[in-house]
Amino acid sequence: MGRSTGIYVIIALLLAVLPFVYDDRIILSLVMQVFIFGIFAMSYDLLLGFTGIVSFGHAMFFGIGAYSVAIVLNQNEATLFYLLLGTLLAVAVAGIVSFIAGVLTLRLQSHFYAMLTLALAGLFMVAAEKMRSLTGGNEGFVLMVPDMFIDTSGPTLYLTCLIVLVVFFFLVRRFTQSPVGKVLMAIRENEQRVESIGFSIMYYKVIASMISGIVASIAGVLYVLSLQFVDTSVFATDVTLDALLMTIIGGVGTLVGPIIGAGIIEFAHHWLSDLADVHWIFKRWIILFGIVYILAVIFFPRGIVGTLQEIWIKRKYKKQQGKEATKDKNEAAS
Amino acid sequence: MESIISTKDLTIAFGGHVAVDGITIDIPEKQFTSVIGPNGAGKTTFFNLLSGQLSPTKGAITFNGEDITKLSPTKRTRKGIGRSFQITNVFPNLTVLENVRLAVQSKNKVRFQMLRHFTAYKQFEDRALELLEQVLLADKAHSLANNLAHGEKRKLEIAMLLALETQVLLLDEPTAGMSLEEVPAILDVIRRIKEQGDTTIVLIEHKMDMILDLSDQVLVLFHGQLLAHGSPEEIMNNETVQSAYLGGLYDESSA
Repeated sequence: MGRSTGIYVIIALLLAVLPFVYDDRIILSLVMQVFIFGIFAMSYDLLLGFTGIVSFGHAMFFGIGAYSVAIVLNQNEATLFYLLLGTLLAVAVAGIVSFIAGVLTLRLQSHFYAMLTLALAGLFMVAAEKMRSLTGGNEGFVLMVPDMFIDTSGPTLYLTCLIVLVVFFFLVRRFTQSPVGKVLMAIRENEQRVESIGFSIMYYKVIASMISGIVASIAGVLYVLSLQFVDTSVFATDVTLDALLMTIIGGVGTLVGPIIGAGIIEFAHHWLSDLADVHWIFKRWIILFGIVYILAVIFFPRGIVGTLQEIWIKRKYKKQQGKEATKDKNEAAS
Repeated sequence: MESIISTKDLTIAFGGHVAVDGITIDIPEKQFTSVIGPNGAGKTTFFNLLSGQLSPTKGAITFNGEDITKLSPTKRTRKGIGRSFQITNVFPNLTVLENVRLAVQSKNKVRFQMLRHFTAYKQFEDRALELLEQVLLADKAHSLANNLAHGEKRKLEIAMLLALETQVLLLDEPTAGMSLEEVPAILDVIRRIKEQGDTTIVLIEHKMDMILDLSDQVLVLFHGQLLAHGSPEEIMNNETVQSAYLGGLYDESSA
């Protein structure tokens, strides 16, 4: 564990220095989006990759985070206090909604959770459209943010996003390596068996659902800070699909995977859109991603990180066997 | 002999088909009970009723004098009834060690600890390794369960079951689908558990000759009914049982 933690810390430090040595604002805000969607995709992977629960409405938690903060800041002064209050509200609402969704459906087969989350996300979207006085309806609204975050591509917001990502990465990693995390992985593998060794799977699934929802809402909070604008698109199914794509391409069942996946998708999106003048197909980049997605599922079902991990484990295993073989030889010789 | 599990008029019907039909039986504590019977006799269904995967249409099950008919499989495991499955049932993409470690974790009631690293519970890992040794699987501890041979998976399953340290072990055809060379190793593992003498073992077996020398008591199921029960010798010499196995017996009420 020690070595990988070291590598992550070094990468995080390098990323922290980046805004001070490199000042292409477009790239910096792109990297920031990667951090935000990295958190979001990571929370999605907690469900999909670790517990084996499919959610079609994960955008709902993202949107809950975005709207909670946006509304609290909009209705009050744009100070740090109200930002924190909004974040707390986001966490509370996301926790309650994910709890309810979990309790209602997780004792049933997995597609019920997928359908219920899809429906709830739709419901939240409609609510955001209809409650015009609060949300500004379809067009959304521009909001004031605390002074320190006013510069959307400045180092303060960038560092905040990075720190939140790092903190949640390590927290979620600890969670997945805890006894509870191990049970979640066992649930993914074989629910019935987990039950018969004496764990009540229901509690674990609800815990996974809640933690995933809460982490996703934090990503929504950062997202709205980075845009200083919110509209109903945060509840759109596209947001969920993005998370799914990031997770699958990066590596299901790993935590770095979704973050790398977020990086790939965000940068690819950026560069492909730039190519729109060359050929119209680049404007419809989602078509290209559809193809990439299909290819990934067929040829790299474990994603980038998963595939690398597999190769690495195989090599280690071989090395170990080699070592044992030479040891046996030496022993035999002496 | 004290009985640990008793069933009273235990019946389950799937639609019109009565799979287990009014079985009343006492399973004595710390004894080795075998359940035998031809295909479709209701052996596994009977097990599913005991372990809670199915709930009976009629009748009751008591465990240590307590009515457990309505308890979930999880609760029954916690009370002390552990079972293995006829179809191999392990966590395929986890390592062998992790498979057993989870069972040890469950036994030690570490259920909702989510902040400590799992290696903080070193004793679980040691215990898991110990169990793997017991079922002759220690050298495979770090392979994925998926990559085990069939017989090894069965051994892994027994290790997981032992980890729970339940009072009762329900073993559903532990030798099913195994090659002939693998069978003695499994029987050896089971014999060792029996010799420790502190567990009640109930075992389903299709091939009667295999377990006769292990059993203290044999139950014969046929068409969902308890055809006979007694010591292995009694069963061997029982004419009804012989004709059931030879296929000559009809259920008179349905014929």
